[in-house]
Amino acid sequence: MSDTNQGNTPVQDDDLPQPEVRKSKLGFSLIWLVPIIAALVGISLMVTHFTSAGPKITVTFLTAEGIEANKTQVKYKNVVIGKVTTMRLSKDRTHISVVIDLEKDAAAFATKGTRYWVVRPRIGASGVSGIDTLLSGAFIGADAGDSQDDQNDFTGLETPPAVTHGAPGRRFVLHASDLGSLDIGSPVYYRRIQVGRIVSYELDKDGKGVSLQLFVDGPNDRFVSKDARFWNASGVDVSLGADGLKLNTQSLATVIAGGVAFQDPPGPHEETAAPEMQEFTLFNDQGTAIAPPDGKPRYIRMRFEHSLRGLAVDAPVEFLGVKFGRVVSVNLDYDEKTQTFPVIVGAVVYPDRLGQAHDKLAKLSGGDGDSEMPKIMSGLVAHGLRAQARNGNLLTGQLYIALDFDPKAKKVEFNPNARPFEIPTTPGDFDHIQEQVASIVDKIEKIPFDSIGKNLDGSLHELNATLKQVNTELLPEAKRTLQGVNKTVGTANDALSEDSPLQQNIGNTLEELQRTIRSVRAFTDYLGRHPEALLRGRGADAAPPVSTPATPKQGKDVQP
Amino acid sequence: MSAPPRAQELGMMSCHVCRLVTAYSEDPHAHCPRCHSALHVRKQGSIARSWALLLAAAMFYIPANVFPIMRTQSLSSKDDNTILSGIFELWRAGSPGLAVIVFTASIVVPMLKFIIMTVLLVSVQRSSGLVSKQRARLYRFVELIGYWSMLDVFVVAILSALVHFQILSRVEPLPGVVYFGVVVVLTMLSAMSFDPRLIWDNRKSQ
Repeated sequence: MSDTNQGNTPVQDDDLPQPEVRKSKLGFSLIWLVPIIAALVGISLMVTHFTSAGPKITVTFLTAEGIEANKTQVKYKNVVIGKVTTMRLSKDRTHISVVIDLEKDAAAFATKGTRYWVVRPRIGASGVSGIDTLLSGAFIGADAGDSQDDQNDFTGLETPPAVTHGAPGRRFVLHASDLGSLDIGSPVYYRRIQVGRIVSYELDKDGKGVSLQLFVDGPNDRFVSKDARFWNASGVDVSLGADGLKLNTQSLATVIAGGVAFQDPPGPHEETAAPEMQEFTLFNDQGTAIAPPDGKPRYIRMRFEHSLRGLAVDAPVEFLGVKFGRVVSVNLDYDEKTQTFPVIVGAVVYPDRLGQAHDKLAKLSGGDGDSEMPKIMSGLVAHGLRAQARNGNLLTGQLYIALDFDPKAKKVEFNPNARPFEIPTTPGDFDHIQEQVASIVDKIEKIPFDSIGKNLDGSLHELNATLKQVNTELLPEAKRTLQGVNKTVGTANDALSEDSPLQQNIGNTLEELQRTIRSVRAFTDYLGRHPEALLRGRGADAAPPVSTPATPKQGKDVQP
Repeated sequence: MSAPPRAQELGMMSCHVCRLVTAYSEDPHAHCPRCHSALHVRKQGSIARSWALLLAAAMFYIPANVFPIMRTQSLSSKDDNTILSGIFELWRAGSPGLAVIVFTASIVVPMLKFIIMTVLLVSVQRSSGLVSKQRARLYRFVELIGYWSMLDVFVVAILSALVHFQILSRVEPLPGVVYFGVVVVLTMLSAMSFDPRLIWDNRKSQ
């Protein structure tokens, strides 16, 4: 830089203004602060990126419907805790796996027991859920478990879990013969308020029933006492039984979606809250659920000698009016001796339903278990206990079996050791009516309809012959007579008609007669005046008076 | 070499602001006697300043590209786009022309600036006298294209202001756009701090 040194000696120093000289305050260039700040910002960004990165987990689902890489979020209680980064098909193509980047503070969701599911809009019988995802797109729901053990691979649920982890409440198990219209999420009602829902169901191991798990939310779970009774509140329960038409529903929602209701039985019962996972029986309806416990069912058989039209399976069996059991089978039998078809009715009875009566009878009979019931029964049969098919409903003709005492009953043998033991029967009320009808029919039968008929038939024959005679003989004669009469009347008519000759003759005759009478009068007049004419006869005629040129007739008129 | 004499050689220098010609002074703290702005033969610490700003711009360029710059939210979807993914999106959505423009403005132009500035600075520092004219042209080019790379920032700013229908659709700026803006500003500053006279200085010194 020799040139610049050279220039240090200005040529025209005085011509040019001299620059001012001020001391600067700082000795080094501040500009390097800029890249330093940039570097600091960059490093801090890197650091926050790495420190804020949470665990990476993989969740497998059956379908990727609604899931999009880099878009679908993972939410817990609607707070975003992560995001789907990649998505791929499994090698066997049966499912998809989704890689999720969880946020740092969501590390607790990469532990055992955490559940993941896809929240999509779902329209079920029990309602519509996830409607907001219609607009925002599906997201993955998460529910953390209790465990602290890390886990990075999860299997996603296909349906949202009915109960989120840590929700207050308790689970219980219900046993039912079938699922009915219940489903996961079906409501559980207590006094018609929804307090829980069905969480899961599965077939029993032996396949003979269904076990349902239900969750009752706190604090209402305390109402599930140890003695609580659960019943299926699904649908409309219409039953037309011997006791009439019954219609029962829980709520409109259950009609569509099904549901379970529970309640404490009336009367004394244990009121302490049931422990978690206690097992209950699911009854078919409220009636049977609330009824006192049935105890062990016993099978009895009855043999009826007459038709049992109207007796259906499930018809009630009543003991002195107490519902005691139900008919389970109605079958025909054949009796070789009498060549009849008796009806064999099988019924299941619950002696415990008789309450105190049963306890006392059991104590008296002193039997135990299986033998006690026949013993009681043999005593009762000896006192006239008989089964009778009675008409429970005149309108529908439904029959039920009544066990009642008939003091007039004939003694029958009762074998208490027979299995199943048979209760003697007596014809029902309806059969009495039938007997009466039969006797009426008998009496009617005795009426000699045959001979009555025959006699009536003969009489009718005779009548027929008579009528024939009348027809052939009498009627033509009469006809002829009438014709004669007709002719006569015609002749008479002719004779009497105005222009008939007879009529004219009569007229002439009458005229003649008139003339005759006139001449007679003239004669008598003449005689009056000339009585001598009788003797002398008539003189010569006097000259006719000139003044009276009248005819004799005129002369007559003038005379009087 | 009969190169024209330079002011320095004639013992003169001029004020950058009011263009007053003064006597030459080596004192770095010299000030213009008329307008009192700093006087120097060449921009003070021009190379260092350019380097520093260029480096800072390069550093910010990374987050500018890594972070999403814009969030478009509509009824059914929410999209976070970085500069590159936005370009892909445009290309896929059937506007390759727009994609090319955005690519040029947001990727090509900043990259060109980085490269050209680096070339200029290195060549000046190494006192290379080669192709001075072309380098001068490059410098002018950098100055010219500098502000065009603000295109992305403008797009985001305008969209955010215009598209604001709450739930229906919304465009929001995301942190990436800030870094990108910083990159653009820093590269412009870097180009401004560079003293193009240095290109010719070296030729003379040879």
